[in-house]
Amino acid sequence: MPTLIKGRRVVSETTPSPEQGEVLRLEPTDDPAAAAERLARVARVEVHFPKFGDGRGFSIGRLLRERYGYQGELRAVGHITRDHLFFLESCGFDAFELRDGEDPHAALAAFADFSDSYQASPKRPLPLFRRRLA
Amino acid sequence: MYLYDEIDQRLVDERVRQFRGQTERFLAGQLSEEEFRALRLRNGLYIQRYAPMLRIAIPYGLLSTRQLRKLSDIARRYDRSYGHFSTRQNLQLNWPKLEQVPEILAELATVQMHAIQTSGNSFRNVTTDHFAGVARDELVDSYVWCEIIRQWSTFHPEFSFLPRKFKIALNGAKADRAAVAVHDIGLHAVRDEAGELGFRVLVGGGLGRTPIIGVCIREFLPWPHLLTYLEAILRVYNRYGRRDNIHKARIKILVKERGADKFRDEVEAEWAHLKDGPATLIREEIDRVAARFTRPAYQPLSDIDLGGVNVPGFANWLKRNVYPHKVPGYAAVTLSLKKTGVPPGDVTSEQMDAIADLADRYSYGELRVSHEQNLVLADVRQADLVAVWREARALGLATPNLGLLTNIISCPGGDFCALANAKSIPVAEAIQRRFDDLDYLHDIGELDLNISGCMNACGHHHVGHIGILGVDKNGEEWYQIEIGGNQGEIRPGLKAALGKVIGPSFARAEVPEVIERLIDCYLAHRDSDAERFIDVVNRIGIAPFKEHVYANADQRPSRRQRDHALA
Repeated sequence: MPTLIKGRRVVSETTPSPEQGEVLRLEPTDDPAAAAERLARVARVEVHFPKFGDGRGFSIGRLLRERYGYQGELRAVGHITRDHLFFLESCGFDAFELRDGEDPHAALAAFADFSDSYQASPKRPLPLFRRRLA
Repeated sequence: MYLYDEIDQRLVDERVRQFRGQTERFLAGQLSEEEFRALRLRNGLYIQRYAPMLRIAIPYGLLSTRQLRKLSDIARRYDRSYGHFSTRQNLQLNWPKLEQVPEILAELATVQMHAIQTSGNSFRNVTTDHFAGVARDELVDSYVWCEIIRQWSTFHPEFSFLPRKFKIALNGAKADRAAVAVHDIGLHAVRDEAGELGFRVLVGGGLGRTPIIGVCIREFLPWPHLLTYLEAILRVYNRYGRRDNIHKARIKILVKERGADKFRDEVEAEWAHLKDGPATLIREEIDRVAARFTRPAYQPLSDIDLGGVNVPGFANWLKRNVYPHKVPGYAAVTLSLKKTGVPPGDVTSEQMDAIADLADRYSYGELRVSHEQNLVLADVRQADLVAVWREARALGLATPNLGLLTNIISCPGGDFCALANAKSIPVAEAIQRRFDDLDYLHDIGELDLNISGCMNACGHHHVGHIGILGVDKNGEEWYQIEIGGNQGEIRPGLKAALGKVIGPSFARAEVPEVIERLIDCYLAHRDSDAERFIDVVNRIGIAPFKEHVYANADQRPSRRQRDHALA
């Protein structure tokens, strides 16, 4: 059973009610620009990571948050291990469906893998050099 | 040296902890081979022919003596007391134990070092001119810009799982000593008419099995936009670079398939959104980074003429291995790691310690690794040159062959590497033995000879004036020869170029003879001593060389042997 982390906590899955809207699933080849119109009406967006090393979804996450202003749940699904979590969160993801066999409670520690990052992200809109100078 | 601040140090320490955890999970069976492979590679850890290989990052090739002593110490305690300096200006250890790698990383972190992103499908070590900061033709100190790129590219959350490895080179001088045209992104510092600094941006260059010279997609990128523009290029690559075939996954294939114009348009469209965003660089940050670099406290000296020094052997070394310095009274010295009989780029722990002592006494405690796999003492007083030469010679590091045929760039080849088709080190040695007459070598003049043990081209054979490539034919090692390659516009007018194959390949034993024939042909055709091998190839083409090499080839015993092997 894949397990879900949301808001940095292990949670059980809930099916969205009809009035919450549908689930929009994006494959790595999908262009988030094409989905921009629908973003205000969906219950959540799922971005699929088909392989451990397939990094296209990271760009999709940032685009959804930074360019298309998506504010709702952004969930990474597919081949997700704890090793992705810090980067995913930095790219705007806030929900993570771990691959089978990955211990979700142990995985929570990965959010603290790094205490800072050099780059800007939806979470930290200023890159480190701007904050260093502040 | 760039000195870490508290945050730089913390991130490296956190990386050590993270990798320790990943190694433990792998050893406990919680990570699959494939998963751990991707994770260990981005930390420079390969599983090689006989043992793991750990590649330690030396950002832009700059090293303090404290760090070199630590490397020596690590090589001694965790490996077999030697290391190999690579063309990416890094250091490779060939025999570490997998379980001990987290320990090694912890040791490295104590001297502000790491193995972050030295392999895998990630940003690799950003490389530059080994004479940065001291060359007379410098426009800008490239180290500052390299460090800014290093920080931006370290653990980049969006670009940590790229389609393939990604190499950036930056050159801050007029002459291109950083081979920028054969990198995924090459940045060449330029000044506009108003004197403002910017970068010419080349993209899609690279060696490997599909060698390509990079194309310029922007003639002048004003410096504040450096990171946002890089981000735009990388986003296009991350989204659209091919992931279905490892051999077509580099950015050069994307640029080629899309066409340079379309690729440029896509980058510019992406950049329009990122331009002037929070990652836009500001003067205070450039100054902050520059101020964290230690710089030598030069004394007010005058240049001295060493032409009259009457010590046998010194003049050749002075001519070849000493480079002019922008500060009067100083010079940059190359310590050659190309002594015949020693694998190119290899140094023992004992030598590392001795080199650190030399650098402490004569060059402000710093040194550089060149992409030609030598070490550079960049700030030596001219008055100390004779003493440095004597000491370097005693250490076997004064081979006066910089820029000459025996200053061979070579990958570790089949002696170590699991990917290699053929050995490189014995070929390099056989050529060095054939050309052991120094007078003859100096008469031949400037010539880059590069050897790769397979088409991955770690030995940069495509851009050697003479390039040698190991190939596999029916399980036997053969060597293909190219001529006419050039690593970059070091001299005005001679641009980066890829070599052309002269014809069917040769057995290992034949290679020195083939090189000698190429040289004979060159000497017969050159119009003066000033016309170099590469100039003659460019003037007359490869046909005369080909003819000279293959004439009477049927009668050569090795040719019959090959025909037999292929039958």
